[in-house]
Amino acid sequence: MEENTRKSITLVKKGAEANLYLSEWGSIKVIVKKRIPKKYRVAELDKKIRDYRTIHEAECLFLARKYGVPTPIVLSIDNLSNIIIMEYIEGQRVKEVFEKVDEKSKKMMCKQIGNQIGRLHKNNLIHGDLTSSNMIISDQEKIYFIDFGLSFHSNECEDMGVDLYLLKRAFFSTHYKDVNKYHSAIRTGYIKEVGKKIADRVFKKSQQIERRGRYFVGRSI
Amino acid sequence: MESSQYLLGIESTAHTFGASIATSDGRILSNAKDVYTPFTGRGIHPREAAQHHCEVSSQVILRAFKEAKIRPRDLTAIAFSAGPGLGPALRMGATIARGLACYFKIPLVPVNHAIGHIEIGFLASNAQDPLVVLVSGGHTLITAHAGSHWRIFGETEDITMGNLLDMFAREAGLSPPTGVSVEQKARMSKRLLDLPYTVKGNDVTYSGLLSASIRKFHEGCKIEDLCFSLQEFSFSMFAETVERSLAHTEKRELLLTGGVAANKRLQQMLRNIAQEHDSRFYVVDFQYSGDCGAQIAWTGYLAYMQGIVIDVENSYVRPKWRLDEVEWKRIQGNLSH
Repeated sequence: MEENTRKSITLVKKGAEANLYLSEWGSIKVIVKKRIPKKYRVAELDKKIRDYRTIHEAECLFLARKYGVPTPIVLSIDNLSNIIIMEYIEGQRVKEVFEKVDEKSKKMMCKQIGNQIGRLHKNNLIHGDLTSSNMIISDQEKIYFIDFGLSFHSNECEDMGVDLYLLKRAFFSTHYKDVNKYHSAIRTGYIKEVGKKIADRVFKKSQQIERRGRYFVGRSI
Repeated sequence: MESSQYLLGIESTAHTFGASIATSDGRILSNAKDVYTPFTGRGIHPREAAQHHCEVSSQVILRAFKEAKIRPRDLTAIAFSAGPGLGPALRMGATIARGLACYFKIPLVPVNHAIGHIEIGFLASNAQDPLVVLVSGGHTLITAHAGSHWRIFGETEDITMGNLLDMFAREAGLSPPTGVSVEQKARMSKRLLDLPYTVKGNDVTYSGLLSASIRKFHEGCKIEDLCFSLQEFSFSMFAETVERSLAHTEKRELLLTGGVAANKRLQQMLRNIAQEHDSRFYVVDFQYSGDCGAQIAWTGYLAYMQGIVIDVENSYVRPKWRLDEVEWKRIQGNLSH
């Protein structure tokens, strides 16, 4: 029956890990995320990774939503063919919007992003792949987190620090103007959720992790 | 091409002492080198590497001039690798470069070794604006150029891919060049062992993989299976982050460069990824993949063109000099081919 209600299916995005198709589920628009076999990996390793991530992503999408972080609703999982069917979010990726809006909106967005990361961390959920490509800003200006394939549970400061460091670097390399300003906006949002004491600890850790980068001596850009 | 300018490039970041002459129209006239080889099972000793460079320097430089068929007084400038690398080895190359620059009264150009790998990769390809993958003993990173800097999209959070293969090979008693030995052994197996697979966003960490492989070696696993599995795991992890960066940046080109770029299995994986994303795949010319003078000579010319020169008094080497610190313009050079 589920098959019958899926009417048309069109490829909308070839992601790094999966193909995204736009389809319909009854009367609502859905995204079908299919983790396709990767020819570059040996088949054995490939299947193992895809199986693990499909289940995991579905679980974490659900949990994040439970904790109050906007994510698409998961409608169905098929782990034989590594498919997740989820709600389609009307909006644009933060990556595209960020460079177009004024400074005030940018700061607002960062604050909200920080706040939501804080909420995940407070519940010991690590996103694992925070970039501006993995966030969708809806038409109602809600920011949805997607791509939970690398997510995991942890209450370690180290893992939270890595999460924030990866986000900072994603900003460094994609939106490289005034990075520090936006990073502190992210921090403000984060503090609001977890409190200053924990935030300080996590951000300090994040800085230490940054210094582990090869040949890092403290740069000025 | 009488109006060509000639640059001497001196490379001495790690085990290779190289000297090369490049022209302003992008020809590499010579690429002489001599590689310090530690005993099997041992790594590079910085002092011994510097000693080696000192001993071979004059004959390597003479060979570079002889092959290029030019005289030292034809030079426009002298470039040297100023970092990142091993301090003693870097200082040896820098000392020679300073001496020559003073004697011939020509400008001295400091070159970042990582940019050297990247620019020499561009030289042999027609890539315009690629995502660059740099894998060597000193670097494992994914980068693209934007707004006068190379921006890093992903990198290793601990040891590099070159380190990983080298340290494992040394522990297992494989002979240098270790990367080649691992690749050859890997071809003899198809059996995948269970090893850790660690990807953190666009980053990878290899230390866990190294420890597990060494442990398995001492437990008596077959060296062929281990080399195969080590390559599959380490390359797959990194390839995954490359694919993610390619999807994120939406670049139409992918350029693979650095010493480990010579590995056929890694090339195969990345070529496959480029095809999947409708990007063109380029790989650095085999002869320039490992550390060499050519990467410094050619990049030295590009640096000289953007006005990067340094006084001898200030020409300190920088053992730690991150790629994304360098202000760097992408100029296409006036290529004849």
